[in-house]
Amino acid sequence: MKNENLYNYILGIADNSLILGQRLGELCGHGPSLETDIAGTNISLDLIGQTRSYYQYATKISEQEKTEDDIAFLRIEREYKNVLLVEQPNTHFGYVMGRQYLFDVYHLMMLQQLQFSKDETLAAIAKKGIKEVSYHKRFSGDWVKRLGDGTAESTAKMQEAINDLWRFTAELFDMTDADTAMALEGKGVDVSKLKEGYYKEVTALLEEATLTAPEGMYFSRGGKKGVHSEHMGYLLADMQYMQRTYPNMEW
Amino acid sequence: MSNEQIKSLEEIFEARIARDEKIEPKDWMPEKYRKTHIRQISQHAHSEIVGMLPEGNWISRAPSLRRKAALLAKVQDEAGHGLYLYSACETLGISRIELYDQLHSGKAKYSSIFNYPTLTWADMGAVGWLVDGAAIINQVPLCNTSFGPYARAMVRVCKEESFHQRQGFEIMLKLCNGSKQQKDMAQDALNRWWWPSLMMLGPTDAESVHTEQSMKWKLKRKSNDDLRQQFIDQTVPQADLLGLTIPDPDLKFNEQTGSYDFGTIDWDEFWQVVKGHGPCNKQRISARVAAWDNGSWVRDAAMAHAAKKEALKIKIAI
Amino acid sequence: MDNNWPLWEVFVRSKNGLEHRHFGSLHAADEDMALENARDVYTRRNEGVSIWVVKSSNIKASNPAHNGELFEPAQDKVYRHPTFYNVPDEVKHM
Repeated sequence: MKNENLYNYILGIADNSLILGQRLGELCGHGPSLETDIAGTNISLDLIGQTRSYYQYATKISEQEKTEDDIAFLRIEREYKNVLLVEQPNTHFGYVMGRQYLFDVYHLMMLQQLQFSKDETLAAIAKKGIKEVSYHKRFSGDWVKRLGDGTAESTAKMQEAINDLWRFTAELFDMTDADTAMALEGKGVDVSKLKEGYYKEVTALLEEATLTAPEGMYFSRGGKKGVHSEHMGYLLADMQYMQRTYPNMEW
Repeated sequence: MSNEQIKSLEEIFEARIARDEKIEPKDWMPEKYRKTHIRQISQHAHSEIVGMLPEGNWISRAPSLRRKAALLAKVQDEAGHGLYLYSACETLGISRIELYDQLHSGKAKYSSIFNYPTLTWADMGAVGWLVDGAAIINQVPLCNTSFGPYARAMVRVCKEESFHQRQGFEIMLKLCNGSKQQKDMAQDALNRWWWPSLMMLGPTDAESVHTEQSMKWKLKRKSNDDLRQQFIDQTVPQADLLGLTIPDPDLKFNEQTGSYDFGTIDWDEFWQVVKGHGPCNKQRISARVAAWDNGSWVRDAAMAHAAKKEALKIKIAI
Repeated sequence: MDNNWPLWEVFVRSKNGLEHRHFGSLHAADEDMALENARDVYTRRNEGVSIWVVKSSNIKASNPAHNGELFEPAQDKVYRHPTFYNVPDEVKHM
């Protein structure tokens, strides 16, 4: 491969969208109201759409006979580069919205930089994504506020979700080798620089939601290097079921 | 109101419908009209949202990203259609919560077809092709039904549903042009879904209790048996095109009628499923009840938050 | 607690220059949620450029029983329409 760094960089971004889209897809038909089901599905569809754009671009770079679906479905767990945050399960609606919001804030900041990438394809995908993700963030942020500043029960549940998910946030700002190489070429985003702004924004919203940002915690990392949580294996077993059971077929 | 006054109102009412006028929610209507519509529209709405479950079952396992997106969009449409129909029903003076209660307690019915399991990916094809195909035949005439909100909801539903059947047929086509294993999967799905799809169009005319009244109110335009024949006549050539065999040894084109003769439907199975003993009745209702119960604290929180925001607004205004 | 989200009516402008049209209704706890839900439910197929939501309970509707007195008196006011007036054919563009 001519440009392995670019290839890995694209996958690093795309895998987050794929796995989060997959998690949201599991919820379709099981949410707290018809209206939220429809909204959650819209977000899932946006994310899967983004994933396809990224993977299609990656197939062009790979110089192998690969399709977007080969990339999506035929890797082993260690080859998926998504952050731990997005693979966390739909424990309850507070986790779903908490996970979404904690990712959306990062996602939007990252895309707002990526739109200026010297790589025109990435810049174009980012520009389209910004509009979608701005809405995701508004939606999830509104829900974190509703649940945080709702009833005593919902405040407790939302705080529980934030406490549990918080430890996955630091990884968002870790730089992989591909990230560093692409940032140097002006094609990728130096996500380590987004950290301060991120925590400022998230903390402010949590405060508005009468929630507390956990302090002095240990952070979990590893997803970006393909070292995932135990949840990931099950997610992949589910997602890859058809491709693994019936290899080399078109659907 | 005296009985005579009511009778004269009823005559005016029936005459309006006969003239193809629409009835709107605030118009006077006979109690039976209101009740029949609440029953039919809510059954229809329940079918949409219970119908999300068998297909939702394959979203996480869809074999390609393109298929995953299409299936998500389709199941999402079903939620939307449920929502339009519940809204239409609510104009008759019943709330969505009351309608949910009827569904959850087993008092309300929904289309029996959704009590069958989706076992393979080919079932996504068969459900789209056959179940949506049968649904369209049922639904298109409802765009002209007499109750305005129902008719308007159906116009939107039919417009949006046009991609659903094609989506299913495309899945089948791909399987039938694929490997032996894929084609077998498609045939197996057709074998399992064919008869339930025929049953989906309702009991035979001889056993159908509501038909005459429903015809008058334009809740029904054709009898169940006519709809079934229409469905068979349009679907058999499609199966031929796919190279699949309809699982009915008695199926034969009748030169005289220009339609297909077909074998006997197992109505015992139909009534068994309707009465709650199909393969998935319990599972479907449990899933709906679980979603609703697990969402209770979320809905509470949203209302509590809204009340706080409202109070704050008033405080600022003062 | 009553957690039945109130009903809202949704009006969508499908493109600039057209009026907002009634599209349907939905349930939401507050106006922001109503707007978000309206976007997700009623503009999935690119149907709109602007949305209004209003709580259904805030709508005062006319009573069909009064249709006679409300609307029939307008039926014979033919002088409100241009065809009521005679103008010679030679007069163009009027």
